[in-house]
Amino acid sequence: MSIISMSGVHKWFSTTVHALRGIDLEVATGEVVVIIGPSGSGKSTVLRCMNMLERPTTGTVTFDGMTLTDKGVDIDHARTEMGMVFQSFNLFPHLTVGQNVMLAQRKVRGRSKDEARNMAGQQLARVGIPEKIDAYPRQLSGGQQQRVAIARSLAMEPKMMLFDEPTSALDPEMIKEVLDVMLHLVTEGMTMVVVTHEMGFARAAADRVIFMDEGMIVEQGDPDELFDSPRNDRTKDFFDKIL
Amino acid sequence: MGATQHEVWNISEILPPEERDDLDPWWDRFPWWAVMLGAVIVLFGYYTFFVESYNNAWRFIKPGIKVTVVVTLWAFLFSMIIGLIAGFGRVSRNPLLRNLSRTYVEFIRGVPTLPLLFFIAFVIVPTVAPWFGLTNKNISKEWRGIAGLALVYGGYIAEVIRGGIQSVEHGQMEAGRSLGLSYGSTMRSVILPQAIRNVLPPLANDFIAMLKDSSLLSLLAINEITQLSKLYVNVSFQPRETYVVLTFTYIVMVLALSLVLHRFERWMSRDRAGAR
Repeated sequence: MSIISMSGVHKWFSTTVHALRGIDLEVATGEVVVIIGPSGSGKSTVLRCMNMLERPTTGTVTFDGMTLTDKGVDIDHARTEMGMVFQSFNLFPHLTVGQNVMLAQRKVRGRSKDEARNMAGQQLARVGIPEKIDAYPRQLSGGQQQRVAIARSLAMEPKMMLFDEPTSALDPEMIKEVLDVMLHLVTEGMTMVVVTHEMGFARAAADRVIFMDEGMIVEQGDPDELFDSPRNDRTKDFFDKIL
Repeated sequence: MGATQHEVWNISEILPPEERDDLDPWWDRFPWWAVMLGAVIVLFGYYTFFVESYNNAWRFIKPGIKVTVVVTLWAFLFSMIIGLIAGFGRVSRNPLLRNLSRTYVEFIRGVPTLPLLFFIAFVIVPTVAPWFGLTNKNISKEWRGIAGLALVYGGYIAEVIRGGIQSVEHGQMEAGRSLGLSYGSTMRSVILPQAIRNVLPPLANDFIAMLKDSSLLSLLAINEITQLSKLYVNVSFQPRETYVVLTFTYIVMVLALSLVLHRFERWMSRDRAGAR
Protein backbone atom coordinates (compact mmCIF):
# COMPACT_ATOMS: atom_id res chain seq x y z
CA MET A 1 0.00 0.00 0.00
CA SER A 2 1.51 3.27 -0.98
CA ILE A 3 1.27 6.10 1.55
CA ILE A 4 2.26 8.84 -0.88
CA SER A 5 2.11 8.96 -4.64
CA MET A 6 2.98 11.60 -7.19
CA SER A 7 1.86 11.40 -10.75
CA GLY A 8 2.78 13.59 -13.67
CA VAL A 9 4.23 16.27 -11.42
CA HIS A 10 5.78 19.24 -13.20
CA LYS A 11 7.20 22.25 -11.41
CA TRP A 12 8.04 25.55 -13.05
CA PHE A 13 9.76 28.31 -11.13
CA SER A 14 8.47 31.53 -12.73
CA THR A 15 8.21 30.72 -16.43
CA THR A 16 11.85 30.02 -17.10
CA VAL A 17 13.01 27.14 -14.89
CA HIS A 18 11.47 23.74 -15.51
CA ALA A 19 12.57 22.11 -12.23
CA LEU A 20 10.49 18.92 -12.39
CA ARG A 21 9.63 17.33 -15.73
CA GLY A 22 7.02 14.68 -15.05
CA ILE A 23 7.65 12.87 -11.78
CA ASP A 24 5.80 9.60 -11.10
CA LEU A 25 6.67 8.17 -7.73
CA GLU A 26 5.05 5.94 -5.13
CA VAL A 27 6.34 5.23 -1.66
CA ALA A 28 4.97 2.26 0.27
CA THR A 29 4.26 2.30 3.98
CA GLY A 30 7.42 1.33 5.82
CA GLU A 31 9.60 1.90 2.77
CA VAL A 32 12.85 3.88 2.88
CA VAL A 33 13.53 5.75 -0.35
CA VAL A 34 16.76 7.66 -0.91
CA ILE A 35 16.92 10.23 -3.69
CA ILE A 36 20.35 11.07 -5.11
CA GLY A 37 21.54 13.13 -8.03
CA PRO A 38 23.65 16.14 -9.00
CA SER A 39 22.78 19.58 -7.59
CA GLY A 40 19.97 21.25 -9.46
CA SER A 41 18.50 17.91 -10.48
CA GLY A 42 15.25 18.59 -8.59
CA LYS A 43 15.73 16.21 -5.63
CA SER A 44 14.77 18.75 -2.99
CA THR A 45 11.92 20.06 -5.12
CA VAL A 46 10.39 16.58 -5.25
CA LEU A 47 10.54 16.42 -1.48
CA ARG A 48 9.07 19.90 -1.09
CA CYS A 49 6.26 19.03 -3.48
CA MET A 50 5.37 16.08 -1.23
CA ASN A 51 4.29 18.37 1.63
CA MET A 52 3.31 21.31 -0.58
CA LEU A 53 6.08 23.66 0.56
CA GLU A 54 6.23 23.95 -3.22
CA ARG A 55 2.98 23.60 -5.08
CA PRO A 56 3.33 21.48 -8.23
CA THR A 57 2.51 23.41 -11.38
CA THR A 58 0.68 20.39 -12.79
CA GLY A 59 0.15 16.81 -11.66
CA THR A 60 -1.27 15.30 -8.50
CA VAL A 61 0.11 14.32 -5.13
CA THR A 62 -1.91 12.07 -2.84
CA PHE A 63 -0.96 11.28 0.72
CA ASP A 64 -2.77 9.00 3.14
CA GLY A 65 -6.01 9.23 1.16
CA MET A 66 -5.85 13.03 0.72
CA THR A 67 -5.25 14.68 -2.65
CA LEU A 68 -2.85 17.42 -1.59
CA THR A 69 -2.96 19.18 -4.94
CA ASP A 70 -6.71 19.81 -4.56
CA LYS A 71 -7.61 23.37 -3.69
CA GLY A 72 -9.75 22.66 -0.65
CA VAL A 73 -7.49 20.15 1.10
CA ASP A 74 -6.50 20.78 4.73
CA ILE A 75 -2.79 20.98 4.10
CA ASP A 76 -2.00 21.78 7.75
CA HIS A 77 -3.59 18.53 8.79
CA ALA A 78 -1.68 16.57 6.14
CA ARG A 79 1.61 18.12 7.26
CA THR A 80 1.13 16.96 10.85
CA GLU A 81 1.35 13.41 9.51
CA MET A 82 4.45 14.14 7.45
CA GLY A 83 7.52 15.34 9.37
CA MET A 84 10.21 17.30 7.57
CA VAL A 85 13.86 17.81 8.47
CA PHE A 86 15.78 20.60 6.75
CA GLN A 87 19.38 21.04 5.74
CA SER A 88 19.66 24.18 7.89
CA PHE A 89 17.81 22.68 10.92
CA ASN A 90 15.48 25.69 11.23
CA LEU A 91 15.07 25.38 14.96
CA PHE A 92 13.24 28.30 16.56
CA PRO A 93 16.09 30.30 18.13
CA HIS A 94 13.92 32.19 20.63
CA LEU A 95 12.62 28.98 22.20
CA THR A 96 14.38 26.35 24.28
CA VAL A 97 14.89 22.85 22.88
CA GLY A 98 11.91 21.62 24.91
CA GLN A 99 9.70 24.49 23.70
CA ASN A 100 10.78 23.79 20.11
CA VAL A 101 9.56 20.21 20.46
CA MET A 102 6.40 21.19 22.35
CA LEU A 103 5.12 24.08 20.21
CA ALA A 104 3.29 22.19 17.47
CA GLN A 105 2.16 19.47 19.85
CA ARG A 106 0.34 22.08 21.89
CA LYS A 107 -0.95 24.30 19.07
CA VAL A 108 -1.84 21.60 16.57
CA ARG A 109 -2.33 18.38 18.50
CA GLY A 110 -3.89 20.25 21.42
CA ARG A 111 -1.87 18.37 24.00
CA SER A 112 -1.59 19.69 27.55
CA LYS A 113 1.69 21.17 28.71
CA ASP A 114 2.51 18.05 30.74
CA GLU A 115 1.70 15.68 27.90
CA ALA A 116 3.74 17.74 25.46
CA ARG A 117 6.71 17.99 27.78
CA ASN A 118 6.54 14.29 28.46
CA MET A 119 6.54 13.57 24.74
CA ALA A 120 9.40 16.04 24.22
CA GLY A 121 11.44 14.20 26.83
CA GLN A 122 10.72 10.87 25.16
CA GLN A 123 11.64 12.07 21.68
CA LEU A 124 14.80 13.84 22.86
CA ALA A 125 15.81 10.59 24.55
CA ARG A 126 15.13 8.79 21.28
CA VAL A 127 17.63 11.06 19.49
CA GLY A 128 20.08 10.76 22.39
CA ILE A 129 20.04 14.24 23.99
CA PRO A 130 17.38 14.26 26.75
CA GLU A 131 19.62 16.44 28.93
CA LYS A 132 19.39 19.38 26.49
CA ILE A 133 15.67 20.01 27.01
CA ASP A 134 16.21 23.41 28.65
CA ALA A 135 19.10 24.58 26.45
CA TYR A 136 18.71 27.13 23.66
CA PRO A 137 19.45 25.97 20.11
CA ARG A 138 22.53 28.09 19.66
CA GLN A 139 24.13 26.46 22.70
CA LEU A 140 24.13 23.16 20.79
CA SER A 141 26.44 21.79 18.12
CA GLY A 142 25.11 21.42 14.58
CA GLY A 143 24.65 17.70 15.01
CA GLN A 144 22.71 18.19 18.23
CA GLN A 145 20.55 20.87 16.62
CA GLN A 146 19.67 18.55 13.77
CA ARG A 147 18.77 15.80 16.22
CA VAL A 148 16.46 18.23 18.04
CA ALA A 149 14.86 19.05 14.67
CA ILE A 150 14.26 15.33 14.14
CA ALA A 151 12.77 15.01 17.64
CA ARG A 152 10.54 18.00 16.94
CA SER A 153 9.06 16.23 13.92
CA LEU A 154 8.81 12.86 15.66
CA ALA A 155 6.86 14.40 18.55
CA MET A 156 3.94 14.84 16.15
CA GLU A 157 3.97 11.05 15.64
CA PRO A 158 4.00 11.38 11.85
CA LYS A 159 3.23 8.55 9.47
CA MET A 160 6.19 9.50 7.32
CA MET A 161 9.39 11.54 7.51
CA LEU A 162 11.01 13.67 4.81
CA PHE A 163 14.72 14.50 5.10
CA ASP A 164 16.12 17.27 2.90
CA GLU A 165 19.93 16.87 2.90
CA PRO A 166 19.96 16.56 6.70
CA THR A 167 23.75 16.28 6.99
CA SER A 168 24.89 18.71 4.30
CA ALA A 169 25.33 21.66 6.67
CA LEU A 170 27.22 19.65 9.29
CA ASP A 171 30.90 19.42 10.09
CA PRO A 172 32.24 15.96 9.18
CA GLU A 173 32.55 14.75 12.77
CA MET A 174 28.86 15.39 13.40
CA ILE A 175 27.44 13.62 10.37
CA LYS A 176 27.57 10.19 11.94
CA GLU A 177 25.49 11.07 15.02
CA VAL A 178 22.66 12.29 12.79
CA LEU A 179 22.88 9.33 10.41
CA ASP A 180 22.81 6.98 13.42
CA VAL A 181 19.54 8.52 14.58
CA MET A 182 18.13 8.11 11.07
CA LEU A 183 19.31 4.48 10.87
CA HIS A 184 17.61 3.88 14.18
CA LEU A 185 14.35 5.21 12.70
CA VAL A 186 14.78 2.85 9.76
CA THR A 187 15.01 -0.14 12.09
CA GLU A 188 11.84 1.02 13.82
CA GLY A 189 10.04 0.80 10.48
CA MET A 190 9.50 4.52 9.83
CA THR A 191 8.50 5.43 6.27
CA MET A 192 11.19 7.79 5.02
CA VAL A 193 12.13 9.75 1.92
CA VAL A 194 15.68 11.03 2.17
CA VAL A 195 17.53 13.40 -0.14
CA THR A 196 21.21 13.00 0.63
CA HIS A 197 24.75 12.84 -0.67
CA GLU A 198 25.66 10.15 1.89
CA MET A 199 26.05 7.11 -0.35
CA GLY A 200 27.01 4.95 2.64
CA PHE A 201 23.67 5.70 4.25
CA ALA A 202 21.84 5.00 0.99
CA ARG A 203 23.47 1.61 0.65
CA ALA A 204 22.89 0.65 4.30
CA ALA A 205 19.37 1.94 4.81
CA ALA A 206 17.51 2.32 1.53
CA ASP A 207 14.96 -0.13 0.22
CA ARG A 208 15.14 1.78 -3.03
CA VAL A 209 17.47 4.40 -4.46
CA ILE A 210 16.25 6.92 -7.01
CA PHE A 211 18.70 8.73 -9.26
CA MET A 212 17.45 12.06 -10.57
CA ASP A 213 18.87 14.39 -13.20
CA GLU A 214 17.44 17.47 -14.92
CA GLY A 215 14.10 17.19 -13.18
CA MET A 216 13.47 13.58 -14.10
CA ILE A 217 13.82 10.19 -12.47
CA VAL A 218 16.56 8.63 -14.58
CA GLU A 219 16.94 5.30 -12.85
CA GLN A 220 15.79 3.58 -9.68
CA GLY A 221 16.18 0.28 -7.91
CA ASP A 222 17.75 -1.77 -5.18
CA PRO A 223 20.75 0.15 -3.78
CA ASP A 224 23.37 -2.55 -4.38
CA GLU A 225 22.15 -3.07 -7.93
CA LEU A 226 22.10 0.66 -8.70
CA PHE A 227 25.48 1.41 -7.16
CA ASP A 228 27.29 -1.64 -8.55
CA SER A 229 25.80 -1.88 -12.02
CA PRO A 230 24.02 1.31 -13.10
CA ARG A 231 22.42 0.94 -16.51
CA ASN A 232 21.98 4.54 -17.50
CA ASP A 233 24.96 6.56 -18.78
CA ARG A 234 24.09 9.61 -16.71
CA THR A 235 23.96 7.49 -13.54
CA LYS A 236 27.34 5.97 -14.41
CA ASP A 237 28.74 9.41 -15.08
CA PHE A 238 27.46 10.68 -11.69
CA PHE A 239 28.99 7.75 -9.79
CA ASP A 240 32.28 8.21 -11.63
CA LYS A 241 32.43 11.75 -10.36
CA ILE A 242 31.53 11.16 -6.72
CA LEU A 243 32.86 7.69 -5.83
CA MET B 1 25.89 27.98 13.82
CA GLY B 2 27.18 25.57 16.38
CA ALA B 3 28.41 26.54 19.80
CA THR B 4 31.35 28.62 18.63
CA GLN B 5 31.71 31.90 20.43
CA HIS B 6 32.72 35.01 18.56
CA GLU B 7 36.41 35.52 19.08
CA VAL B 8 37.63 39.01 19.62
CA TRP B 9 40.80 39.77 17.77
CA ASN B 10 41.49 43.06 19.42
CA ILE B 11 45.14 43.16 20.34
CA SER B 12 44.51 45.41 23.31
CA GLU B 13 42.51 42.69 25.03
CA ILE B 14 45.16 39.98 25.01
CA LEU B 15 48.05 42.13 26.19
CA PRO B 16 48.85 42.90 29.86
CA PRO B 17 47.60 46.37 30.96
CA GLU B 18 50.95 48.15 30.85
CA GLU B 19 51.66 47.16 27.23
CA ARG B 20 48.08 47.75 26.28
CA ASP B 21 48.34 51.36 27.37
CA ASP B 22 51.18 51.87 24.90
CA LEU B 23 49.11 50.63 22.00
CA ASP B 24 45.77 51.97 23.06
CA PRO B 25 46.24 54.64 25.76
CA TRP B 26 43.39 55.55 28.11
CA TRP B 27 42.98 59.03 26.64
CA ASP B 28 42.27 57.41 23.30
CA ARG B 29 39.51 55.24 24.77
CA PHE B 30 38.02 57.83 27.10
CA PRO B 31 34.50 59.07 26.13
CA TRP B 32 35.47 62.73 25.81
CA TRP B 33 32.32 63.34 23.82
CA ALA B 34 30.15 62.60 26.86
CA VAL B 35 32.12 65.05 28.98
CA MET B 36 31.85 67.79 26.37
CA LEU B 37 28.17 67.16 25.74
CA GLY B 38 27.57 67.22 29.50
CA ALA B 39 29.46 70.50 29.78
CA VAL B 40 27.34 72.10 27.07
CA ILE B 41 24.15 70.94 28.73
CA VAL B 42 25.25 72.15 32.16
CA LEU B 43 26.22 75.53 30.68
CA PHE B 44 22.89 75.94 28.89
CA GLY B 45 21.11 74.75 32.01
CA TYR B 46 22.92 77.32 34.10
CA TYR B 47 21.78 80.12 31.76
CA THR B 48 18.24 78.77 31.60
CA PHE B 49 17.70 78.63 35.34
CA PHE B 50 20.05 81.23 36.81
CA VAL B 51 20.30 84.11 34.31
CA GLU B 52 17.21 86.28 34.43
CA SER B 53 16.69 87.08 30.75
CA TYR B 54 17.06 83.38 29.90
CA ASN B 55 14.86 82.35 32.79
CA ASN B 56 12.11 84.65 31.53
CA ALA B 57 12.20 82.86 28.19
CA TRP B 58 12.11 79.50 30.01
CA ARG B 59 9.03 80.49 31.97
CA PHE B 60 7.29 81.53 28.76
CA ILE B 61 8.19 78.29 26.95
CA LYS B 62 7.60 75.85 29.82
CA PRO B 63 3.83 75.28 29.32
CA GLY B 64 4.67 74.12 25.79
CA ILE B 65 6.58 71.10 27.10
CA LYS B 66 3.35 69.43 28.06
CA VAL B 67 1.95 70.07 24.57
CA THR B 68 5.09 68.72 22.89
CA VAL B 69 5.04 65.59 25.06
CA VAL B 70 1.31 64.91 24.79
CA VAL B 71 1.23 65.47 21.03
CA THR B 72 4.26 63.21 20.54
CA LEU B 73 2.82 60.43 22.69
CA TRP B 74 -0.56 60.41 20.95
CA ALA B 75 1.06 60.64 17.54
CA PHE B 76 3.42 57.77 18.34
CA LEU B 77 0.57 55.60 19.61
CA PHE B 78 -1.43 56.15 16.43
CA SER B 79 1.58 55.82 14.15
CA MET B 80 2.31 52.44 15.77
CA ILE B 81 -1.23 51.27 15.07
CA ILE B 82 -1.10 52.54 11.48
CA GLY B 83 2.44 51.21 11.02
CA LEU B 84 1.53 47.75 12.30
CA ILE B 85 -1.47 47.52 10.00
CA ALA B 86 0.41 48.81 6.95
CA GLY B 87 3.53 46.79 7.83
CA PHE B 88 1.57 43.55 7.99
CA GLY B 89 -0.17 44.64 4.81
CA ARG B 90 3.20 44.95 3.09
CA VAL B 91 4.02 41.27 3.76
CA SER B 92 0.45 40.00 3.37
CA ARG B 93 -0.36 37.25 0.91
CA ASN B 94 -3.41 39.26 -0.14
CA PRO B 95 -2.44 41.36 -3.19
CA LEU B 96 -5.04 44.04 -2.43
CA LEU B 97 -3.69 44.66 1.08
CA ARG B 98 -0.13 44.49 -0.20
CA ASN B 99 -0.72 47.09 -2.88
CA LEU B 100 -2.77 49.42 -0.69
CA SER B 101 -0.02 49.39 1.93
CA ARG B 102 2.66 49.94 -0.68
CA THR B 103 0.77 52.89 -2.14
CA TYR B 104 0.45 54.50 1.28
CA VAL B 105 4.12 53.97 2.14
CA GLU B 106 5.43 55.23 -1.20
CA PHE B 107 3.15 58.27 -1.05
CA ILE B 108 4.42 59.21 2.41
CA ARG B 109 8.03 58.68 1.39
CA GLY B 110 7.54 60.71 -1.75
CA VAL B 111 6.60 63.99 -0.05
CA PRO B 112 8.71 66.07 2.36
CA THR B 113 7.43 66.01 5.94
CA LEU B 114 6.39 69.66 6.21
CA PRO B 115 4.21 69.86 3.06
CA LEU B 116 2.80 66.48 4.03
CA LEU B 117 1.77 67.82 7.43
CA PHE B 118 -0.04 70.71 5.74
CA PHE B 119 -1.64 68.32 3.27
CA ILE B 120 -2.93 66.05 6.04
CA ALA B 121 -4.08 68.88 8.28
CA PHE B 122 -5.86 70.86 5.58
CA VAL B 123 -6.79 68.31 2.90
CA ILE B 124 -7.02 64.83 4.40
CA VAL B 125 -8.61 65.73 7.73
CA PRO B 126 -11.38 67.96 6.23
CA THR B 127 -12.10 65.25 3.65
CA VAL B 128 -12.18 62.37 6.09
CA ALA B 129 -13.85 64.10 9.06
CA PRO B 130 -17.44 63.80 7.73
CA TRP B 131 -16.97 60.03 7.27
CA PHE B 132 -16.69 59.75 11.05
CA GLY B 133 -19.56 62.15 11.66
CA LEU B 134 -17.23 64.98 12.68
CA THR B 135 -17.41 68.59 11.62
CA ASN B 136 -14.15 69.87 10.21
CA LYS B 137 -14.42 73.16 12.07
CA ASN B 138 -14.61 71.36 15.41
CA ILE B 139 -11.34 69.52 14.98
CA SER B 140 -8.61 71.30 16.92
CA LYS B 141 -5.28 72.11 15.34
CA GLU B 142 -3.65 69.85 17.90
CA TRP B 143 -5.54 66.84 16.61
CA ARG B 144 -4.73 67.85 13.03
CA GLY B 145 -1.08 67.92 14.01
CA ILE B 146 -1.32 64.54 15.73
CA ALA B 147 -3.04 63.09 12.66
CA GLY B 148 -0.28 64.54 10.50
CA LEU B 149 2.62 63.14 12.50
CA ALA B 150 0.84 59.80 12.96
CA LEU B 151 0.24 59.34 9.24
CA VAL B 152 3.75 60.42 8.28
CA TYR B 153 5.46 58.19 10.83
CA GLY B 154 2.95 55.38 10.25
CA GLY B 155 4.50 55.09 6.80
CA TYR B 156 8.03 54.90 8.16
CA ILE B 157 7.07 52.48 10.92
CA ALA B 158 5.32 50.25 8.37
CA GLU B 159 8.69 49.84 6.65
CA VAL B 160 10.36 49.06 9.97
CA ILE B 161 7.75 46.38 10.72
CA ARG B 162 8.11 44.90 7.23
CA GLY B 163 11.89 44.83 7.59
CA GLY B 164 11.62 43.16 10.98
CA ILE B 165 9.37 40.41 9.67
CA GLN B 166 11.45 39.86 6.56
CA SER B 167 14.67 39.75 8.58
CA VAL B 168 13.49 36.45 10.07
CA GLU B 169 14.83 33.64 7.91
CA HIS B 170 12.39 32.12 5.46
CA GLY B 171 13.23 28.67 6.83
CA GLN B 172 11.47 29.58 10.08
CA MET B 173 8.13 29.89 8.31
CA GLU B 174 8.75 26.64 6.43
CA ALA B 175 9.67 24.82 9.64
CA GLY B 176 6.51 26.05 11.35
CA ARG B 177 4.28 25.16 8.40
CA SER B 178 5.85 21.72 7.94
CA LEU B 179 4.90 20.92 11.55
CA GLY B 180 1.27 21.59 10.66
CA LEU B 181 1.04 25.08 12.18
CA SER B 182 -1.14 27.45 10.17
CA TYR B 183 0.30 30.62 8.58
CA GLY B 184 -1.18 32.80 11.34
CA SER B 185 -0.04 30.49 14.09
CA THR B 186 3.52 30.40 12.72
CA MET B 187 3.47 34.20 12.44
CA ARG B 188 2.39 34.60 16.06
CA SER B 189 4.53 31.93 17.72
CA VAL B 190 7.62 31.86 15.54
CA ILE B 191 8.10 34.91 13.31
CA LEU B 192 6.83 37.81 15.43
CA PRO B 193 8.73 37.03 18.65
CA GLN B 194 11.94 37.10 16.61
CA ALA B 195 10.89 40.14 14.58
CA ILE B 196 10.08 42.23 17.68
CA ARG B 197 13.67 42.20 18.82
CA ASN B 198 14.92 43.31 15.40
CA VAL B 199 12.34 46.06 15.32
CA LEU B 200 12.93 47.72 18.69
CA PRO B 201 16.06 49.78 17.87
CA PRO B 202 14.67 51.33 14.67
CA LEU B 203 11.33 51.97 16.39
CA ALA B 204 13.15 53.81 19.15
CA ASN B 205 14.86 55.90 16.48
CA ASP B 206 11.51 56.79 14.96
CA PHE B 207 10.10 57.71 18.36
CA ILE B 208 12.98 60.11 18.94
CA ALA B 209 12.78 61.50 15.41
CA MET B 210 9.08 62.11 15.99
CA LEU B 211 9.73 64.02 19.21
CA LYS B 212 12.07 66.25 17.23
CA ASP B 213 9.70 66.59 14.28
CA SER B 214 6.90 67.69 16.61
CA SER B 215 8.64 71.07 16.30
CA LEU B 216 7.26 71.28 12.75
CA LEU B 217 3.80 71.57 14.29
CA SER B 218 4.72 75.15 15.21
CA LEU B 219 3.83 75.89 11.60
CA LEU B 220 0.27 74.76 12.35
CA ALA B 221 0.31 77.31 15.19
CA ILE B 222 0.17 74.60 17.83
CA ASN B 223 1.52 75.99 21.10
CA GLU B 224 4.35 73.53 21.60
CA ILE B 225 7.79 74.73 22.63
CA THR B 226 9.07 75.85 19.23
CA GLN B 227 5.93 77.88 18.56
CA LEU B 228 6.06 79.49 22.03
CA SER B 229 9.74 80.33 21.43
CA LYS B 230 8.88 82.10 18.19
CA LEU B 231 6.11 84.02 19.93
CA TYR B 232 8.46 85.01 22.76
CA VAL B 233 11.10 86.24 20.32
CA ASN B 234 8.45 88.41 18.66
CA VAL B 235 7.57 90.13 21.92
CA SER B 236 10.94 90.18 23.67
CA PHE B 237 13.36 90.67 20.76
CA GLN B 238 15.71 88.21 22.50
CA PRO B 239 16.37 85.45 19.97
CA ARG B 240 19.69 84.49 21.57
CA GLU B 241 18.23 83.82 25.03
CA THR B 242 15.12 82.14 23.63
CA TYR B 243 16.84 79.73 21.29
CA VAL B 244 19.47 78.69 23.82
CA VAL B 245 16.63 77.74 26.15
CA LEU B 246 14.72 75.99 23.38
CA THR B 247 17.78 73.99 22.32
CA PHE B 248 18.48 73.07 25.93
CA THR B 249 14.90 71.88 26.40
CA TYR B 250 15.02 69.66 23.30
CA ILE B 251 18.34 68.02 24.03
CA VAL B 252 17.34 67.18 27.59
CA MET B 253 14.04 65.71 26.38
CA VAL B 254 15.68 63.70 23.60
CA LEU B 255 18.46 62.33 25.82
CA ALA B 256 15.94 61.41 28.53
CA LEU B 257 13.73 59.62 25.99
CA SER B 258 16.61 57.69 24.45
CA LEU B 259 17.72 56.60 27.91
CA VAL B 260 14.23 55.32 28.72
CA LEU B 261 13.95 53.55 25.37
CA HIS B 262 17.36 51.97 25.79
CA ARG B 263 16.33 50.59 29.18
CA PHE B 264 13.10 49.29 27.71
CA GLU B 265 15.00 47.55 24.92
CA ARG B 266 17.28 45.84 27.42
CA TRP B 267 14.30 44.81 29.52
CA MET B 268 12.56 43.34 26.46
CA SER B 269 15.56 41.18 25.61
CA ARG B 270 16.15 39.95 29.18
CA ASP B 271 16.36 36.22 29.95
CA ARG B 272 16.99 35.42 26.36
CA ALA B 273 20.66 34.69 26.67
CA GLY B 274 20.39 31.70 24.39
CA ALA B 275 18.49 33.33 21.59
CA ARG B 276 20.10 35.51 19.01
